[in-house]
Amino acid sequence: MPVTAIGAYNAQPLDSQDKFNGLQLVYLCWERHLMFCAPFTFPLPPTMPFGDFIEHVVKSSISQHPDAPQVDFNHAQWRLNDQPFTPNYSASLIDNGIDHKSLLHMNTPGLNGIAGTFN
Amino acid sequence: MAVKKRLNAKEKYRCMTRDLDWEPSYQTHEDIYPHERFEGIKITDWDKWEDPFRLTMDTYWKYQAEKEKKLYAIFDAFSQNNGHTTLSDARYVNALKLFLSGVTPLEYQAYQGFARVGRQFSGAGARIACQMQAIDELRHVQTQIHAMSHYNKHFNGLHDFAHMHDRVWFLSVPKSFFEDARTAGPFEFLTAISFSFEYVLTNLLFVPFMSGAAFNGDMATVTFGFSAQSDEARHMTLGLEVIKFLLEQHEDNVPIIQRWIDKWFWRGYRLLTLVGMMMDYMLPNKVMSWSEAWGVYFEDAGGALFKDLERYGIRPPKHVEETTVGKDHVSHQAWSIFYQYSQATNFHTWMPTDEELDWLSSKYPDTFDKIYRPRFEHWRALQEKGERFYNPTLPMLCQICQIPLSFTEPDEQTTLSHRTTEHEGERYHFCSQGCCDIFEYEPTKYIQAWLPVHQILQGNCGGADVETIVRDYYNISPGQDNFEYLGSTEHRRWQDWHPNDRNSAPATPVDPDLLKTG
Repeated sequence: MPVTAIGAYNAQPLDSQDKFNGLQLVYLCWERHLMFCAPFTFPLPPTMPFGDFIEHVVKSSISQHPDAPQVDFNHAQWRLNDQPFTPNYSASLIDNGIDHKSLLHMNTPGLNGIAGTFN
Repeated sequence: MAVKKRLNAKEKYRCMTRDLDWEPSYQTHEDIYPHERFEGIKITDWDKWEDPFRLTMDTYWKYQAEKEKKLYAIFDAFSQNNGHTTLSDARYVNALKLFLSGVTPLEYQAYQGFARVGRQFSGAGARIACQMQAIDELRHVQTQIHAMSHYNKHFNGLHDFAHMHDRVWFLSVPKSFFEDARTAGPFEFLTAISFSFEYVLTNLLFVPFMSGAAFNGDMATVTFGFSAQSDEARHMTLGLEVIKFLLEQHEDNVPIIQRWIDKWFWRGYRLLTLVGMMMDYMLPNKVMSWSEAWGVYFEDAGGALFKDLERYGIRPPKHVEETTVGKDHVSHQAWSIFYQYSQATNFHTWMPTDEELDWLSSKYPDTFDKIYRPRFEHWRALQEKGERFYNPTLPMLCQICQIPLSFTEPDEQTTLSHRTTEHEGERYHFCSQGCCDIFEYEPTKYIQAWLPVHQILQGNCGGADVETIVRDYYNISPGQDNFEYLGSTEHRRWQDWHPNDRNSAPATPVDPDLLKTG
């Protein structure tokens, strides 16, 4: 049953991509860095190259973390919507398969947060 | 002829309540009570309903008027004696800001909800009980506003709580909780609010705030608490009566009620995260830890309750085992959210003092030193360097509870918990299996969730940057009503009132650069 209602009931999703003025939402979780309390939400053009996403979006968002300067993006391990994922830096987000409301997990081996506490 | 002049209490109750009901002859029951059947609940005999209140309106007014007289006398005395200056510390008032914008509007929603279901039951006993509770709830709204109005003269952020409740990002957590209940059928509403919230979890809301008030010198709020206590006792009685009545009416009701208990227990547990944070972080004089409160008021009391309900075929709520892990984490996780997004709240945040950190270490021996203390000490060190941490991004929210995805997996305490599902080609994200289950049962309801972060990014909150939204859409004055407590106008004012207060570090004004954050 899609909803318990007194009669016929139709509803539209409030967050479909057409409502974001040409942008799509991308979520990013930096694993083992709980100082950032939750994954980030970014509104991005689907055509943005993955390399630009790293350079202009990810780097500034994590810059306050003491581990940020040591992140080696060439060796970062990624998951896209819970599946292993190898990004193509020159391809766009959408061509990388990163569509609306996708969640990226970024793992940076060797970096375990503030004093190794996963913070 | 001997005329009996007075009715005894029992007769009077019968005459003034159920006797006022009548059998309709022009309209069918179904037309008069159209909401009574669509949830699948079967009522075979409304006369089996035991009235939990046993109060007639005239007695009710008399009692309440008596209570109000005393209550307002104390408010006046508190105000005339400048009661706000003898609080434990000005940080305490931030708990009241959370209460006034997060809880008081829920009392109003409760009034609206009970007024509605009080119209929808064909049993007169149930209708009257709900109407009485509706009036109680309205009284609570009013007395809470009056109890806190004195603080509004001396502290920031209390000026527009109802407007904030409708708009501010984190206030969508309590707001959507109650709207979920109010948009359900009448029986689910009662199971959600009367049983799961008022009966099972209310002590975890009321006791912390009211004892918190008592421990921190807030006589106005304590007195409100006493005045509401007898009402709350009636509400709890109604909650238990509702559940037993529904379970006894028909065996087909059992699985429906069980699913509602599962859902509303989980929703209530998530909502109470905010209370846990208040207890552990916002009370300068602590009452008990959130973990202890959960143990006493849920694990002990709730354990006995669910044992009692076993004979009806009801088991403890699904995912309850996750709460025994979560109770040692959630308050710290919540304070971390509010600390880093304090540029968008209607209250101040701060890092615990050394003494408070030690208290947290002792209350949370398995989690605090390992995970949360290093985080907080790092933030404190940054603050001492003049680099107080604010998170300039927007967080990912759970589609159901609307809290940022900040909780960790029950079996992996350093991995953020996340569940996802697809519905009609759209992806949805959740903080937990409990929230995901709720979505999957009624997806059509929750695809419409008004998630504040997504609404901001769709351009529906009057601006593109956080500062504009906070100032113009939330009506929160950036830098005055929010950000760091140390050095705030409130902190400095408090120090002016207490020049010799040894507990306060010297207040330095907020660094104007920080105000640009977000």
